[in-house]
Amino acid sequence: MDLKEKLVTSFLALENRVNVDSPIHDIRSEAMKVFENLGFPSKKDEAWKYTALNTILKHDYSVFPKQENAIEYKNVKKYFIHDIDTYNIVFIDGKYSSHLSQTTHDGIDVCLMSAALNKPKYRLVIENYFNKVASKESITSLNTAFAQEGAYIHIPKNKVVEKPIQVLYFSTGSEEALIHQPRSLVVVDENSHVQIIERHQSLTDNPVLTNSVTEIFANKRAIVDYYKVQNDNQNASLIDNTFINQKRESHVSVHTFSFGGKLIRNNLNFYQNGERIDSTLKGITIIGEKQHVDHNTLVHHIEPNCESHQDYKGIFGDRSTGVFNGKVLVNKEAQKTNAFQANNNILLDDKASINTKPQLEIFADDVKCSHGCTIGQLDESAMFYLKSRGIPQKEAKALLMYAFANNVLESVKIPEMKQRINKIIAHKLGVNIGFDL
Amino acid sequence: MSKYTEDDLREELKTKEYEYGFYTDIESETFPIGLNEGVVRAISKKKEEPQWMTDWRLEAFRVWQEMEEPDWANVHYTKPDFQAISYYSAPNSKPKYDSIDEVDPELLATFEKLGISLDEQKKLAGVAMDVVVDSVSVATTFKKTLAEKGIIFMSISEAIREYPELVKKYLGTVVPQKDNFYAALNSAVFSDGSFCYIPKGVRCPMELSTYFRINQAGTGQFERTLVIADEGSYVSYLEGCTAPSRDENQLHAAVVELIALDDAEIKYSTVQNWYPGNAEGKGGVFNFVTKRGLCEANAKISWTQVETGSAVTWKYPSCVLKGDNSVGEFYSIAVTNNYQQADTGTKMIHLGKNTKSTIISKGISAGKSQNSYRGLVQISSRADNARNFSQCDSLLMGNECGAHTFPYIEAKNKSAIIEHEATTSKIGEDQIFYCNQRGIDTEKAIALIVNGFSKEVLNKLPMEFAVEAQKLLEISLEGSVG
Repeated sequence: MDLKEKLVTSFLALENRVNVDSPIHDIRSEAMKVFENLGFPSKKDEAWKYTALNTILKHDYSVFPKQENAIEYKNVKKYFIHDIDTYNIVFIDGKYSSHLSQTTHDGIDVCLMSAALNKPKYRLVIENYFNKVASKESITSLNTAFAQEGAYIHIPKNKVVEKPIQVLYFSTGSEEALIHQPRSLVVVDENSHVQIIERHQSLTDNPVLTNSVTEIFANKRAIVDYYKVQNDNQNASLIDNTFINQKRESHVSVHTFSFGGKLIRNNLNFYQNGERIDSTLKGITIIGEKQHVDHNTLVHHIEPNCESHQDYKGIFGDRSTGVFNGKVLVNKEAQKTNAFQANNNILLDDKASINTKPQLEIFADDVKCSHGCTIGQLDESAMFYLKSRGIPQKEAKALLMYAFANNVLESVKIPEMKQRINKIIAHKLGVNIGFDL
Repeated sequence: MSKYTEDDLREELKTKEYEYGFYTDIESETFPIGLNEGVVRAISKKKEEPQWMTDWRLEAFRVWQEMEEPDWANVHYTKPDFQAISYYSAPNSKPKYDSIDEVDPELLATFEKLGISLDEQKKLAGVAMDVVVDSVSVATTFKKTLAEKGIIFMSISEAIREYPELVKKYLGTVVPQKDNFYAALNSAVFSDGSFCYIPKGVRCPMELSTYFRINQAGTGQFERTLVIADEGSYVSYLEGCTAPSRDENQLHAAVVELIALDDAEIKYSTVQNWYPGNAEGKGGVFNFVTKRGLCEANAKISWTQVETGSAVTWKYPSCVLKGDNSVGEFYSIAVTNNYQQADTGTKMIHLGKNTKSTIISKGISAGKSQNSYRGLVQISSRADNARNFSQCDSLLMGNECGAHTFPYIEAKNKSAIIEHEATTSKIGEDQIFYCNQRGIDTEKAIALIVNGFSKEVLNKLPMEFAVEAQKLLEISLEGSVG
């Protein structure tokens, strides 16, 4: 039985466990129909030209884990940003872990999707926002069909959330192979400000496939900073779909740090529904072995006077492959748009490859849109300069690579987060330098 | 004097009719419409082709029947009905003329309207012309001078008869019959085209030039061009097109193959001005062209194109950089107006070591047109030290048009250096203001700016041709190019 069939049958099983009379279930059934029709995307789809899913779809994934698992905090502490106080929403094999989490309902809601979907007090928010910006393509629909659990974050008007929110997904490997489908919703009302960190972590070598969907709504003048840390092991794959709907004068930034995993696909979509919006999309990718990272971004400029900034840096070693597929779409009404897109890559080995496709589709005349894309190597003369000053080859190389990626890190607003990323980069590059100068 | 604004310009562009829209009445021998194996055989017979050529055409035709028309390009149009086209049309005043006086006077008048009278051309700058009117070559000049150097420059049907070995060896090696839908169609039914062979170490003393012209109502034009530059040779080849006004869509599916052997250099320039349709987007030529060049070691191929016409353009002159140290270049200006749609760009396939490629693409969209750049830069894993630089700039005039960029970059070698940049903008108010301030009126200022925008590419055209290119740019953006 292939995975698609299995998911279709599992959906019938799901219908026995959830309330089929709720309006949510109509959305689920609708989405399941879409997925049944379209199936998994193949390389024939233009958006998946460079990323083949068949290697990760061949496993016999369990759709619902059989048992609940617990893990000790001390074993997973290193995956948290633990040196500062944060709200935590933690899931183990897709199930909420109350003893690792720290949620709140005090003025803001930092809790669970399952609660939000089922409790009447959240009904209005769910009706207004749930599945409103997520696309209707097959992978996202598959997630919608199984949407049950994930993070639910609602920040009402005029609130500055004083500490970051961490959302962590652990898989314990108690199943042979597991497919996760977390579904999250973030609603940030007028003038509010929130910082969110998301991480998926597999704790064993058993194959895991995560198909995650996050919808983010930034209302008037809201500020949202979202960080994605992807440093998983060699058998974990991630398809991350993020949809962001921005209202006027809001600022949303998403930083994606991809350092590992078998296959990572990031679908990041921004829709600017208002004037004077600012969107930032940044990413650092440093991978090796046979890893594959694909960044697929869309910024849709719908109204005038908005800006978007994209900056993706990639360093590819061994037999890894990188893909960047960025699209900027400017509607005819979106005059005075300022859109910038950059994608710079370094190939370290001959077996590594990079496919990049930065696209501009522009229908308005009074705009400033540009994109730049480079593929190259480390500067020989810079290497020589460092080596002539007594810095060993390996460290010199690491320093240059760090410098190459650095301007993505500059806009990270949580200092501890930055330190953590620095550490991971040092680890990835196999050097023991702090980088925190 | 009232102020001439960008709006006035737009208005003028909208109402501007195709200047060269006239129709020459020459009795021609035209096949009935429709396409089947019989038609393919008939074309081949008509051209007195040897058996291998007929077989080659039939093979292509059979492949074509299995293929589907591509729809990935960013253009929208009603697909042509291939059974409603006549696949052969030849001017009746055959056989060949020895001198220009024998040529049908009406035909000569046509050329005069285009400003390319043969006499003048002969005297001017030593340009040899292989003039193609509706698929059959009617005049070839300067053949003697070329023959002294051993250069073969003739229509491809003549070449098939006179130099079958050369044609057999190279035809379809760069663009195989089954390469794509339109290339397969062309391979099956191509009526004529040019053939050019430059022997070893010869530098062609003059610019070789061909004018293509669609003339007969309802006949598609399927040109086939094959240029071979043998080791160490050099040739500069020019191609220019204008077509008369016609209401139904005309199909143009040409194939151009360039082969640059070791140390050879080919420079291929095109000025394309097929009828773009009227201001409502009615009529116009469909231009679906496959152009590709193959570079052996140390060879260089340079494509320069000025695209101003056609209702729908679908064209990607490409370079396969097979040999070490080979160089590919692509310089393009694409202007679209009214309801024109262009999806054009290039492919640079780096296979050899130390290969270099440069892409400069300038798109200007006005009216309700859509202008796309689509390009591929591919570095194979053995192409050490490959280098590419791409620049795609778009200029938008008015907010009903669109400019799109779809660059594909695939690198599989760590020593590759690739740079790509693209910008989209409109003519800045401050730029206009600066010019106005200095007593340059708005019309002139726009002309100046557009000219400056496209200069980089115009400069790459051979001198004699640049004049023509400027003239054709004027037709598309009349009033804006000085």
